[in-house]
Amino acid sequence: MTPSILALIVLALMVVGYILGRQRALSLAKRDGVRLHSLPGYYGQSVALFTAVPAFVLLGVWLFLQPVLIENQISATIPDSAIPEGGARSLVMADVRRIADGLDLVVEQGNISEDDLAVMRADISNVRSRLAEVGVALGSNVQPAVFEAAKSYRSIGKTASFWRNIAVLAAALGSGFLAWSRVRPAMRARNVSETFIRALLMASSFIAILTTFGIVASLLFETIHFFRIYPAKDFFFSTIWNPQFRGGSDLGILPLLWGTFYVSLVALLLAVPVGLMIAIYLAEYAGKSLRSFAKPAIEILAGIPTIVYGLFALITVGPFLRDWIAQPLGLGDSSSSVMTAGLVMGIMLIPFVSSLSDDIINAVPQSMRDGSYGLGATQSETIKKVIMPAALPGIVGAILLAASRAIGETMIVVMGAGAAARLDVNPFEAMTTVTVKIVSQLTGDTEFASPETLVAFALGLTLFVFTLGLNVLALYIVRKYREQYE
Amino acid sequence: MDMYANNTVAGKIGERAMAEKSNAVKMRGENVNVFYGEKQALFDVNLDILENQVTAMIGPSGCGKSTFLRCLNRMNDTIDVCRVTGKITLDDENIYDPGVDVVELRARVGMVFQKPNPFPKSIRENIAYGPRIHGLTRSKTDLEEIVVTSLQKAGLFEEVKDRLDAPGTGLSGGQQQRLCIARAIAVQPSVILMDEPCSALDPIATAKVEELIDELRENYTIAIVTHSMQQAARVSQRTAMFHLGNLVEIDQTDKIFTNPEDKRTQDYITGRYG
Repeated sequence: MTPSILALIVLALMVVGYILGRQRALSLAKRDGVRLHSLPGYYGQSVALFTAVPAFVLLGVWLFLQPVLIENQISATIPDSAIPEGGARSLVMADVRRIADGLDLVVEQGNISEDDLAVMRADISNVRSRLAEVGVALGSNVQPAVFEAAKSYRSIGKTASFWRNIAVLAAALGSGFLAWSRVRPAMRARNVSETFIRALLMASSFIAILTTFGIVASLLFETIHFFRIYPAKDFFFSTIWNPQFRGGSDLGILPLLWGTFYVSLVALLLAVPVGLMIAIYLAEYAGKSLRSFAKPAIEILAGIPTIVYGLFALITVGPFLRDWIAQPLGLGDSSSSVMTAGLVMGIMLIPFVSSLSDDIINAVPQSMRDGSYGLGATQSETIKKVIMPAALPGIVGAILLAASRAIGETMIVVMGAGAAARLDVNPFEAMTTVTVKIVSQLTGDTEFASPETLVAFALGLTLFVFTLGLNVLALYIVRKYREQYE
Repeated sequence: MDMYANNTVAGKIGERAMAEKSNAVKMRGENVNVFYGEKQALFDVNLDILENQVTAMIGPSGCGKSTFLRCLNRMNDTIDVCRVTGKITLDDENIYDPGVDVVELRARVGMVFQKPNPFPKSIRENIAYGPRIHGLTRSKTDLEEIVVTSLQKAGLFEEVKDRLDAPGTGLSGGQQQRLCIARAIAVQPSVILMDEPCSALDPIATAKVEELIDELRENYTIAIVTHSMQQAARVSQRTAMFHLGNLVEIDQTDKIFTNPEDKRTQDYITGRYG
């Protein structure tokens, strides 16, 4: 019985539990002539939950632990002599799994019976060709020890799966029955369902939090690995970025951070003023019909994939800036430049700034506007002196969120600003950012355990710390702002 | 009032107003109709607001009294679907005339709202806001003087004189409302409109604001919308009764509350509906 069939059986039991629980509640209430505490469905629900939840939790834990435990056990039985020179135990274990899976197929197709298999020996019969017949290809001939390990892997796995099925079904039936027998008209079934919903919601938010921790942990682990083989001082303070295939690379983050900062700055210099003015216009001046058309239209900008912006930068903005500005002014002849990427990224960020700021400006109470108009202020005086100061913290929050978007952007930079790490103030030169280098270092051909590859994690972590800092700052400011006119 | 008051323009206007104290018509509504989209909210209202008096407007909810009040300084202009016909004059000048500068009108006809709405700025900045945008002062000392005078006139100065830089939103509800009155006074209006100024206040704060309204009458013309019959009786000289968008009657407050002409007024003030 595979886990999915088992799960289906548990689901079926759950439905049965629902029906039985509901019936019992109704019949007990009728017999004793009392009112049910909750609607009948809630009793069914509580039995159903007690049937399914413990069973599924047990199944999940079992599925997670079983392979780990069995592998440890089998791995201990393989003698060192069975491990080829220069190979690893984990590779041999992979073979064991493959052979075990292959044997399953062989038996399934009726080529050999279970009993024959039990006495089959790797050194006499040709296991490799037998497995090849069912489509399992092995790199070398099977060693007796490995073959025996595969056989015991299979048998232990079978036994474990058998007990798993028993345990899960027992859990479902047992706790389902217990819940069923607890059904009384006075039982607070609504509250059971309420508790379950709360637990479910809590578990969902936990997944998000745990994922964040997981990401940080994996980054941190590889970063520590990197700093063991590359000095942290050189990484943080060197101004040269020059990775080499054969080692001896200079991996200074400064040129990349500068590029990131510079491109983001150009982007924000475009996006913040334009976005804010759009927001003010939409929130304060635009009529209802214009607003209902313009706001979604601007938000479409946010829905364009960044790779499309990248194409726009590459084939339109870049050559335009080069031919009309950079070359006439003698500032360089590269079509990839900080300006290209920054401007295009700025366009991408406009809806972030305008949409969030628009919401924030709208959240300023109408009574503030009335107060100001009532004193004889004009609309723009009201906006400048009352609305903007009141909305400013929220707008700062919106800008910081846009900034962390800019810092993390990759595609537009690759296609707009190029891939040359450089510390330069000329915005018409090609430069590159942290994110671009993370991609190029990880997708290169260098060995994974080399500093040239691992540096990607250190870069990623640095970037993460930066954007996290910005986000925390933004959240702090936004929260403070919320208390403003209360 | 005190040594500060006489030095300011507001103070001088006050003196003049007191000197020619009469019951001249300050504002007059003639055949005022107001529409919100398709729906008509006011029907042919004819109403005089007399100088240096408090005119109260009473009536059940939705009767149009606040709508009429908001016509007096054209606050209804901020509502897109609102349309006003008829004529409203301030000192015999039609405020709905196309040539009228709405912004200047609102400086002459100040407004205090139902819910205290101080700006999220300091107490000083709340008061200084109006004078600053209208360029009423030349120097910092002038401005400071207006701040102090306005707060004194609103009876708030003693309570806040040590914390003029504290946020206006940190005051209690009653203090906030008096701050809003001070803010309105600071632009030296001749008329002050009050839209249920005490409905969000406790009885003690209400008493203080009512006392203040009575004092302000000497220098300003006041129109107040209220749900409280007692308040209308306490603070006003004339009372207008509205019902379903119509002006039922307007007369001396004493007369309205003792011997109303219209049965609807009678029913309303005796609490039969509303």
